[in-house]
Amino acid sequence: MTKGWKLYDQRLAWILVAPVLLLLILLLLLPIAMMTVYTFFTFVTAGVESAVLTFDNWKEFLTDSYYHGFLWKTVRVGAITAVICAILGYFPAYFIWATTFRHKWLLLLLLIVPFWISFTIRTFSWIHILGEQGLINVVLIRLGVISEPLPMLYTEGAVIMGLLHFLLPYMILNVYVSLESIDRTLIAAARSMGCTSAQAFREVTLPLSMPGLGAGLLLCFVLAAGSYVTPQLLGGSRDALFGNLIYDTIMGQLNWPMGATLSIVLFVLLGAAAAAYSRYMGLSQIMKGLSA
Amino acid sequence: MRADHPDREGRWAWRLTGAITLCVYVFMFAPIIATVVLSFNASMFGGFPLTGFSLRWYEKLLTNEPVLDAFRTSMWIALVTATVTTLLGIMAALALVRFEFRGKQAINTLVILPALVPETILGVGLLVMIKAVDQPRSMALLVLGHILLTLPYVVLIVQARMVGIKRSYEEAALSLGAPRVSTFREITLPLLIPAVLASILLAFTISFDNTSASLFWRPAGVETMPTQILSMLKISISPEVNALGTVMILLTVGIPLAGGLILQSLTWFKAGK
Repeated sequence: MTKGWKLYDQRLAWILVAPVLLLLILLLLLPIAMMTVYTFFTFVTAGVESAVLTFDNWKEFLTDSYYHGFLWKTVRVGAITAVICAILGYFPAYFIWATTFRHKWLLLLLLIVPFWISFTIRTFSWIHILGEQGLINVVLIRLGVISEPLPMLYTEGAVIMGLLHFLLPYMILNVYVSLESIDRTLIAAARSMGCTSAQAFREVTLPLSMPGLGAGLLLCFVLAAGSYVTPQLLGGSRDALFGNLIYDTIMGQLNWPMGATLSIVLFVLLGAAAAAYSRYMGLSQIMKGLSA
Repeated sequence: MRADHPDREGRWAWRLTGAITLCVYVFMFAPIIATVVLSFNASMFGGFPLTGFSLRWYEKLLTNEPVLDAFRTSMWIALVTATVTTLLGIMAALALVRFEFRGKQAINTLVILPALVPETILGVGLLVMIKAVDQPRSMALLVLGHILLTLPYVVLIVQARMVGIKRSYEEAALSLGAPRVSTFREITLPLLIPAVLASILLAFTISFDNTSASLFWRPAGVETMPTQILSMLKISISPEVNALGTVMILLTVGIPLAGGLILQSLTWFKAGK
C-alpha cells in the first residue's frame, strides 16, 4: 500500500488526520462561519428568517440594555466564580503536593471521582443542601435559630455555589500539576538562605505555580460563563446567564438570527479571554490541565 | 509550609491549609452524600427530614418506562461515541506525534477547541447548519455532536501516551520488513492500550453525561439520561430522582473504580510471578 513512500511520508499523515480534520471543519468551523452569516439574516417570524442581509440583530444587541444586563451578569458571575475557585482551590492543591501522607493518591482520586458523577446530578444535589427542605434550613429550624426557611436556593449565590462545586476540581488539578513541576530543592535553598517559610512561599512557590493558577482561572471563567444547566437548576428567573438566554432565544422564541448573534457574542467574549491569556501564558498549560 | 524546620508562622499556615482542604472535600461530597441518603428516605417528598428507610423509590424506578428508555438511548449513544472517537483519536494522535507536516500546529489547536467552546455555542452551530440544509434533528446528528465533544480529550490522552513510546521500536519492526499495519498492531497498539482504555472510558462518561448540547441536538421526543433527569426536576424533586441519581452514581463511579482495581491486581499478579 505504501511502497515507495518515505518512512514518515506527509501523505500518510494527511490520511491519518483526514477524518478528524473533516469532522472539525464540518461540525466546528463551518457552523461557526454559518452562525456568523446568520447574524445578518432578517427575522420574519418564529422559526422563519429570510436571507435579506441586515444589521438589525447587531443594532438590537448593541442598543438594548436587556442584553447588556445578561452580558454583564455573565462576566461578573464567571469572574467571581473563577476568583473564589482560585482562592479555595489553592489550599487543597498545596496540601496534596506538600503532604507526607502516604496515601496521597487517594486525595487525588477523590478529586477525579466528581468528574465521573453526572453533572446534572451533582448540580441538583445542591437543592438538598440549600432548598426549603434542604439540610441547612431543616437543621436551623430544628435548632430554633430561624422560624422561616432562608431563601438560599434560586439566587445568584446558589448558582455560584453550584459552579464552584463543578469547577473546583479543575482548579485544584491545574494548580497541583503546576506545583508538581517545581524543583523542591529551590524551596529548601531559599529556607537555608534564611527565608521564613512565608517568604519562601511568596518568593519561590507561588510565582512558580502561577502558570497552573492562570490556566485554572481561564478554564473556570470560560466554563462558568458558558454554563447552562447550573443557572437553570439553581438560579431563579433573574439569575439566568448568557447560555440560558441563547437557549431561550433559539428553542423558545425560535428567533434564529438573534440566537446566532448572541452565540457569536459569547464566542468572541470567551475567545478574547482565551487569547489574552495565551498571549501571556501559552495554551500548552491548558492542554496539561485538560489531560491531567 | 512543610519545610525541614518549620517556623511558628509556617506551622499555623500548614494547619490552616489542612483545615481548608478538609472543608473543600466536605463541600465537594456533602451534596452528593445527601442525595444518596435521601434516596432511601421513606418520605413522599424528595427533601429532608429523614422519616424512615425504604427501597420503594428504587422499585418504582424499575417500572418507569421513560427512564429506562432514556437509559438505553444514552447507553447506545455513549457506546457508539466512545468507539468512533477513540478510533479517530488514535489516528489523529499518530499523525500529530509521529509526523511532521504543514499545518500541524493549527490542527493541534483546532482539535482542542471543542473542549473550550461553550456547549451552547456548539449546540447552536450544528442546528444552524442542519437548518441551512433543511434537515431535521436526528440521532446521527446527536452522535456526531458527541463525537465532536469527546474528541479533544481522546486526542490529548493518546498523544500524551504516544510521546512516551519510542519510535525506534516501530522503526526496528519496519526495517525488519514488517508492513506498517502489522507494525501498528504488534508494536504500537499494545503499548497504547492504557491510553485506549482511558479514552474509551472518558469518552463514554462524557457522552453519557452530556446535558447542555444534547438539549439542542436531540431529535423531538428523544430523551437522554441527563435530559430525562432535567425534565423530571422541572416538576419537583421527587424521591425517585434521588434514587435515579444514586443508581447513576454507583454505575459511573463503580465501573471505573472496579476497572482500575482489576488492572491493578492484574499487574500485581504478574509482578508476583
